[in-house]
Amino acid sequence: MNIHEYQGKQLFRDAGLAVQDGVHCTSVEQALAAYDALGGNVVAVKSQIHAGGRGKGSLHSPQSGELVMQGGVKIAFNREEVETYAQNILGNILVTKQTGSDGKRVNNLYVEGGCKIAHEYYLAILIDREEKMPLIMASCEGGMDIEEVAEKTPEAIFKVHVDPSDGLLPEQVEGLAASLGLAGAAVDSFVENISGLFDLFVSKDCSMVEINPLVRTEDDRIVLLDAKVGFDDNALFRHPDIIELRDLSEEEPTEVRAKAAGLSYVKLDGDIGCLVNGAGLAMATMDVIKLYGGEPANFLDVGGGANEEQVTTAFGIIMEDPNVKGILVNIFGGIMRCDIIARGVIAATQALALEDPLVVRLVGTNFEEGRRILAESGLNIHTAETLAEGAKMIVELVGGES
Amino acid sequence: MSIWIGEDAKVLVQGITGNQGTFHATKMAEYGTNIVGGVTPRKGGQIVDLGSVQAPVWNTMVEAIEATDADASVIYVPPRFAGAAIIEAANAFSQVRGNGVIVCITEGIPTLDMVKAVDHVHNTDGVRLIGPNCPGIITPGETGGSKIGIMPGHIHAKGRIGIVSKSGTLTYEAVAQTMSIDEGQSTCIGIGGDPVNGTGFIDCLSAFENDEQTVAVVMIGEIGGTAEEDAAAWVAENMSKPVVGFVAGMTAPPGKRMGHAGAIISGGKGTASEKVAAMEAAGIRCANDPSEIGAVLLESLKTAGLR
Repeated sequence: MNIHEYQGKQLFRDAGLAVQDGVHCTSVEQALAAYDALGGNVVAVKSQIHAGGRGKGSLHSPQSGELVMQGGVKIAFNREEVETYAQNILGNILVTKQTGSDGKRVNNLYVEGGCKIAHEYYLAILIDREEKMPLIMASCEGGMDIEEVAEKTPEAIFKVHVDPSDGLLPEQVEGLAASLGLAGAAVDSFVENISGLFDLFVSKDCSMVEINPLVRTEDDRIVLLDAKVGFDDNALFRHPDIIELRDLSEEEPTEVRAKAAGLSYVKLDGDIGCLVNGAGLAMATMDVIKLYGGEPANFLDVGGGANEEQVTTAFGIIMEDPNVKGILVNIFGGIMRCDIIARGVIAATQALALEDPLVVRLVGTNFEEGRRILAESGLNIHTAETLAEGAKMIVELVGGES
Repeated sequence: MSIWIGEDAKVLVQGITGNQGTFHATKMAEYGTNIVGGVTPRKGGQIVDLGSVQAPVWNTMVEAIEATDADASVIYVPPRFAGAAIIEAANAFSQVRGNGVIVCITEGIPTLDMVKAVDHVHNTDGVRLIGPNCPGIITPGETGGSKIGIMPGHIHAKGRIGIVSKSGTLTYEAVAQTMSIDEGQSTCIGIGGDPVNGTGFIDCLSAFENDEQTVAVVMIGEIGGTAEEDAAAWVAENMSKPVVGFVAGMTAPPGKRMGHAGAIISGGKGTASEKVAAMEAAGIRCANDPSEIGAVLLESLKTAGLR
């Protein structure tokens, strides 16, 4: 689960970390009041969406799609500029490298006091899967796209692994400060803030914290000028305060509904819907559709113990996508029996009056019974023995190139 | 032989009195797994009816291992308690008999709980963790065998192919593919789809390399992380037996979690094409389609003079 920058900053502030004063706004009036409240000095007017790359993004009118303004994060030197920027941002669509061409509507704004920056750094905390422990990554190239830095100058990224038995040691943070070339008062400020940030990462079960940029001010303080914070979905049960920060309007509504039904769904751009049990097999099903000349419309894993009701919900979710012209069901019945799946498929196609071509491949426990039920249903359901056969069949039925 | 789990391994079920625990313990006992009992805190002294077996319940893993000298445990406890269950099992195996295999089936364990649990297991001599978020491990026998997990037992047969996979149903697909060319399995291991897990590809490959029963290995990967690339590098250096592979997620978009918590392409890393390229470069022949794993395996067995 991700949260907005303004929410992340509040978590930082509550944890005693150095952030600038700022105000969350949803209207131009609030933005102007925030400017006044922050003392009428230079402020940053920042679009709040969950995707990154906001600074280099562009704002477009939701009606005409016309460009309204370049840059989703603006520095305002006076009240008039605050008004202009807030007007240009709120209610418009922000397109960044991470949002895709459809962009995201900006409903929230953060007006934040400026500071005198001497240098910008990059810092992130995440879990290193291979080392199986938290990793702090930092670079002197703040404000830049870290993926680009990682590719072009990997030696410019400094890494500190945190052994779970020992925790983060003060000398590790001091070492990182030295690697970044910090000296004097900035080192103490860095150690205090980064140690605090790591504690927050652990105590709130974050999956990632990215501060880009982390800045050193002219008076040698370290300030967290950005806050991209993600949380481990599996740990949300122990963080009711974090669940409250969730902004569902930032998430794909169908994916949210699928999750509530115990399904895992990701929408894609193709026209062949897939309904599969197991994440690996669901990915493989998409791959094989593509291999035989089709384009998958979605990833959908019904899980290991899906029942008739979940299968019906899954069909409903797939059919909501107007691009879908046919559906491939691929079930390897292990714990889940194929005859139960077959009955679910029949119930769902009848309940939803499915007219698109449907190919069902059932193997595993009770597959003969499952296939017999489908064959005897009198419905227009094609059955396949292997995944390859099923994929070729559905691609042909929807009129792909193969 | 086989790896880590013998055909008659003595197995405890952690969470045996829960719905999932009882259901799967019954299925395991039906298959022929030697279930010697289970553990649920505060339910010690009860007997759970598994049909073919009446399984005694203990309050703690220490008591259960002392009473049964179990070789392995399988965990079906809910996600929020699973990390602690792994640590309890590791301590108990180490303390009572000096070794043991822990298989964690539970899906949805907080990542930082797994960081702690994996670190603990790593620092506890003689204990191996398989999973979490995995189908488990199975060593098929002539009749029955040892099934420790949730996989459908009846699709397996004893044989000479080792299987290691991040995915559940795709492992079953690989098993069916070996059967389609009249080959059985020595041991099949699901290492799980979480970002932080216990046993990895290299542990399994290395054990298969040293196992007399195994002559070739099927390795199934998926997007996310670099475990497949690391395994490929290891195979190139150390593996004499043929390895064939498949990687799921060629069409997965970046930045989206594909069901498994660990199946995500992030920061341009963890794509299927990179993994396949690394595996092919290491001499691991990869199928483009899981339905072709059997054919690719057969080809590799012939090349190696094994068919």
